[in-house]
Amino acid sequence: MSASLKHATLCYHCGNECSDLHIHQEEKIFCCEGCKTVYEILNKNGLCDYYAFNESPGQTQKINIRKDKYAFLDKEDVQAQFIQFSNGKMAQVTFYLPQMHCSSCLWLLENIHRINQGILSSTVNFTKKEAFLVFNQQETSLREVVESLASIGYEPHISLHNLGERNTKALDRTRWYKIGVAGFAFSNIMIMSLPEYFSGSGGLEHNVAMAFQVFIVLLSVPVIFYSAQEFFVTAWKGLRNRYLNIDAPVALALVITYGRSLYEVFSGTGSGYFDSMSGIVFFMLVGRWLQDRTYQAISFDRDFKSFFPIAVNVVKEGQVQPVRVDELRPDDIIQVHAHEIIPVDAILSKGKAEIDYSFVSGESLPITAQPGEMVYAGGKQLGGMLELIVVKGVSQSYLTNLWNKDVFKRKKAAATPVIDTISTYFTYVVFVIGAIAGTYWYLQGETQLMWNAITTILIVACPCALLLSANFTNGNILRILSMNKFYLRSPEMIEALSKIKHIVFDKTGTLTQNRKLRIVYSGQVLDADTKRVLASVLQQSNHPASKAIFDYLSIANCIPVEHFKVTEGQGIEGWVNEQHIKVGSPEFTGTKRISAEGSQVVVLMDGRYTGHFAVSNTYRFGVFHLINKLKSQFGLSVISGDNDAELATLKGALGDESKVLFNQSPEEKLHFIQALQGHQDGGVMMIGDGLNDAGALRQSDAGIAVTDSNNTFTPSSDGIIDASRLSYLDKFLEFAADGKKIIMFSFVISIIYNVIGLYFAVQGILSPMIAAILMPCSSISIILITYGMSEVMARKRGLHPEADKDFKTQNNSAWASSSY
Amino acid sequence: MGIIILLIIVSVSIAGGFLAAFLWSVNDGQFDDDISPAQRILFEKQPENK
Repeated sequence: MSASLKHATLCYHCGNECSDLHIHQEEKIFCCEGCKTVYEILNKNGLCDYYAFNESPGQTQKINIRKDKYAFLDKEDVQAQFIQFSNGKMAQVTFYLPQMHCSSCLWLLENIHRINQGILSSTVNFTKKEAFLVFNQQETSLREVVESLASIGYEPHISLHNLGERNTKALDRTRWYKIGVAGFAFSNIMIMSLPEYFSGSGGLEHNVAMAFQVFIVLLSVPVIFYSAQEFFVTAWKGLRNRYLNIDAPVALALVITYGRSLYEVFSGTGSGYFDSMSGIVFFMLVGRWLQDRTYQAISFDRDFKSFFPIAVNVVKEGQVQPVRVDELRPDDIIQVHAHEIIPVDAILSKGKAEIDYSFVSGESLPITAQPGEMVYAGGKQLGGMLELIVVKGVSQSYLTNLWNKDVFKRKKAAATPVIDTISTYFTYVVFVIGAIAGTYWYLQGETQLMWNAITTILIVACPCALLLSANFTNGNILRILSMNKFYLRSPEMIEALSKIKHIVFDKTGTLTQNRKLRIVYSGQVLDADTKRVLASVLQQSNHPASKAIFDYLSIANCIPVEHFKVTEGQGIEGWVNEQHIKVGSPEFTGTKRISAEGSQVVVLMDGRYTGHFAVSNTYRFGVFHLINKLKSQFGLSVISGDNDAELATLKGALGDESKVLFNQSPEEKLHFIQALQGHQDGGVMMIGDGLNDAGALRQSDAGIAVTDSNNTFTPSSDGIIDASRLSYLDKFLEFAADGKKIIMFSFVISIIYNVIGLYFAVQGILSPMIAAILMPCSSISIILITYGMSEVMARKRGLHPEADKDFKTQNNSAWASSSY
Repeated sequence: MGIIILLIIVSVSIAGGFLAAFLWSVNDGQFDDDISPAQRILFEKQPENK
């Protein structure tokens, strides 16, 4: 890997390493025809600035898009699913373009009208990776718009998911409004409270004081009734379920503060705590906003529907026409082209099926099927076009049934967040203190002071500093993790990660790279002629191992082969230049198995042993190093749907006590996780990539999906990790544990503030001024402590982007390509 | 002291103006996407070569 990188030629368009077969065009080098074509389109339309903003901004175009792939977009009922608005002339449509990753993409997509004149305008939302397009329906069609996008490498994500419910998730802007209102009220109330605090013994002139109070009361109304709404709503929801969440004491404190303040103002006994109250609401809202900022471009809830195509070609009375997948009936004849997903269970009627089920079952090698055999939904055809006879509609297929099983649907029981538990104790303690202080003053005969003391104690009891510390810490941790390409679904997951004791890995696609075989040759040295002879024979075979070895030899011009013969599942033989070549398994060639690792392909030339190729899975970069580091702290298991060819390698890496299981069905994976959870403390983490892991991901305490690039499908999960960062997993787990410590530490600080407040409160002398000083001090110091500590921890763990100078470049290439 | 009350009214209404501007900008979608506008400003407008 590293040796070839040194003098590699990189594609001008996509930046991928070019093989020896690269293409020259105008002094530029391209790795494939696809990349060259995109360059030509851009060049013709004067859009070459695309390459000026970033180096090699494109996506690899090795897989060509079939000419009539988007024919289904000419059907009106399909169109209606996409077009948001149309007046017959003009139409508006929004597409999700997962390939978008840099400023070049943004620029190109907003200049797409130069490629298709019918497009009137294009606006990109980079955060959501969406393009909003307006086009003239008389000049162009929806299909042509999609084809224009696809022609330059931005193929919209169109799947079965787009059918049915419309994806019009309006953005929630209410939190912004609430923060705005609270901030406005807070600052103005503070300004008007200050004269009162600093007016000394004489007090303010009566008129002025009155005017200030009227303003303050008016300004506080929107804070309590609008901005603070969500605290009351969640507190009430919790209480109705007989559960005391952290919002309950917050809401209680807000109500009491507000009630007492209003009483003071109207009875003329004081000026109330309006400034502290609105400040608390403001800071807490900001904290919530920081914590809940979600990744709009990432979906954690994808199901098989976003994996399936929306339409497929049906052959009816000799004619081919697109039909929506949900309208397929048994006995329909469908066509599935290269690199397309088979949407239904069907019988193969025509063509050479070579189907990659790695996503559905975890098998790493493609499976070949002959006409008459069953093929199953979810498989991806790698070879040429197939004709299939539908057996079951999409809703009855094996995959759909699997998905709809109850265990796969079960909602995860959310663990009680640690701050909720703490706040419950906190509340009880404060109630006790309130009762003691109240009784004391009552016995002293000071009824006025008693009420004073009880209410101020409850005001101080607001665990807002605790809430703030959790929100700000979680928010910053999520931010730092996302900069490291690890995206968590929710802040609760940080806590779940910190409790993990056992990690279960999937093999295919998680520890290994999908569809990438590692070839190691040993034996006699192969000269160019021998290589050519060998490649010519291998080229005739469809077996994945043959193909991988053929690619490994990288020979362009092959020689004709005579008397070619395949022994299914064993090997191949043929005559080239009067030489008899036999390639295949040790049994087939009659030789001994040489080593245990992977599978072996032996080469015999004229009956003589020449050498053998060891074919094994390619493990992801850094995986073994990671396993080594995790081994001491966590229980590790590997559970795979594939065969046990890699057993020796994995056992060796994980150690003898670990469990390494093969040939596991999706249900077995799920039950394995369940069993682990049953007989051990601490959480179980599942790391997988395919649909076959979906159940296990859901069952586990933290289900993390691995993805090669952000545009491939991931099953529903609690988090998504970029494959290039999988080797950082140990650091992520440590960092999550740090997060918990930071929260606990800042909680101690906030307790100190509360004790100071209580010191005044039990005596019944917590004046609004002391409250007004304590509140911002505690809030701001908590924010600074949590933020600062999480930054320091990130640096210590080596997760801070500035600590990693190559971060930016690594980043781009990691997103753009999945190969190393 | 009446002038202070007048000043307060003026200052609150100015602040209210800023609040209104903020709410307007949120409603307008300015906070929906914080990446593309920052990039877009760096692109030069090219003459259309039709």
